[in-house]
Amino acid sequence: MGLYDVLTIVQGAGSTIAISLLAIAIGTPLGLGLALIRWAAVRGLDPAVAAVVSILRATPAVTLVLLVYYALPTIGWEIPSFAAAVATLTLGSMAYNCEIWRAALLAFPKEQLDAALAFGMPRSLRFRLVILPQIVRAALPALVNEMTLLIKVSPAVAVIGVVETTRAAFRIGARTYTPIPPFLVALAMYVAVIGGFVAIQRMLERRQKLAGL
Amino acid sequence: MDFHGIAVVWEQRGLIVDGLFATVAIAAVSAVLSGFLGIGLFGLLISRQRAVAGLVSGLIDLMRCVPFMLFCYMIYFALPAFGIVIDNIEAGVLALTLYNAAYIAELLRGTWKTLPAETIEAGHAFGFHGWQLVLRIILPPVVMDSIPMLGNQMVQIIKDSAFLVIIAVQELTYAANEIQATYYVPFASFVCAVILYWLLCLLVEGGVRAVVRVAELRR
Repeated sequence: MGLYDVLTIVQGAGSTIAISLLAIAIGTPLGLGLALIRWAAVRGLDPAVAAVVSILRATPAVTLVLLVYYALPTIGWEIPSFAAAVATLTLGSMAYNCEIWRAALLAFPKEQLDAALAFGMPRSLRFRLVILPQIVRAALPALVNEMTLLIKVSPAVAVIGVVETTRAAFRIGARTYTPIPPFLVALAMYVAVIGGFVAIQRMLERRQKLAGL
Repeated sequence: MDFHGIAVVWEQRGLIVDGLFATVAIAAVSAVLSGFLGIGLFGLLISRQRAVAGLVSGLIDLMRCVPFMLFCYMIYFALPAFGIVIDNIEAGVLALTLYNAAYIAELLRGTWKTLPAETIEAGHAFGFHGWQLVLRIILPPVVMDSIPMLGNQMVQIIKDSAFLVIIAVQELTYAANEIQATYYVPFASFVCAVILYWLLCLLVEGGVRAVVRVAELRR
């Protein structure tokens, strides 16, 4: 295993990060949307969202990525593997984040809503100025934790041929017949990425504490 | 509706059922083994020997940074390099066991931290120490309070078991993929697998709720 192979794995780590960040960026707000639907108990939609979230949370990422990648073309939706990978991880992220946002919403103090209502704040303002800043803070540790879980299931997308960290390492191992060194390099990549997320979380929490929030 | 696909999957239901049984068996065996190993690691984690506790804690932190799929490859391809020959099912069960034991040890420690110190001090006063103290005094309340989280870990083991498809273990996802590849009915076969995974997880959740209810009654 030479320098070129290490660079290949680093490139794989780039794919891992790109796919994961896209899924997080799309899945987190979608999860909030679903949580709001459940929180507001929108008639008809609420049980449907609950069922979909329950199913998605029980579905292994490998199974889901195969379903997305192979089944969508049968309904006339040719989808490149990278997009299928992002879509799969987004669905998972959305479902898990929905539960996290919902817990934050359920723990939100009711008095504050009553106070905002007493001031005649319209619903959108109430949400933007009163609820959102506080639930973001409450949900942050769980959201970051979920991001690290997402990175850990991201190798699942390798089964549809996306070359991310794990698959890049696997290929090098298969070519050189010494699988251990590339896997250790891949491991170092994951430790760095996941460690980075945890460090960012710690920093944000410290900032909040300093700001006295 | 994909009636053709559903009909094909129904005809091939033997494969699906075999896969489902394999998934259940692999998850159940791994769960029991990782439960025991997790308890052992937990005992070491709370050990008063700093060096041991620190080493185990470091290993667990490292394990929690590894994606299961990478770990699975490492077990499957690394062991033969050390002259240990195991088949793919054994490698899968071993990987699931080691991986989840780390998480179980960590969640037991999380619960342990929330429990009052008095019972343990009382245990000391009655002359319990070492493993006897862990198994007889510390562990029962820790396990009781951890039941919901252990249930979540069980769900995690079921979901992780699908990764074993990459080392050709013939479990549920493998069966669905076989049917998909042979008859080209991806929608019906994978949706069928997803529903079965969902039912398994609902079963675990229901079981956890029943156990918690019994535990509360007997408290």
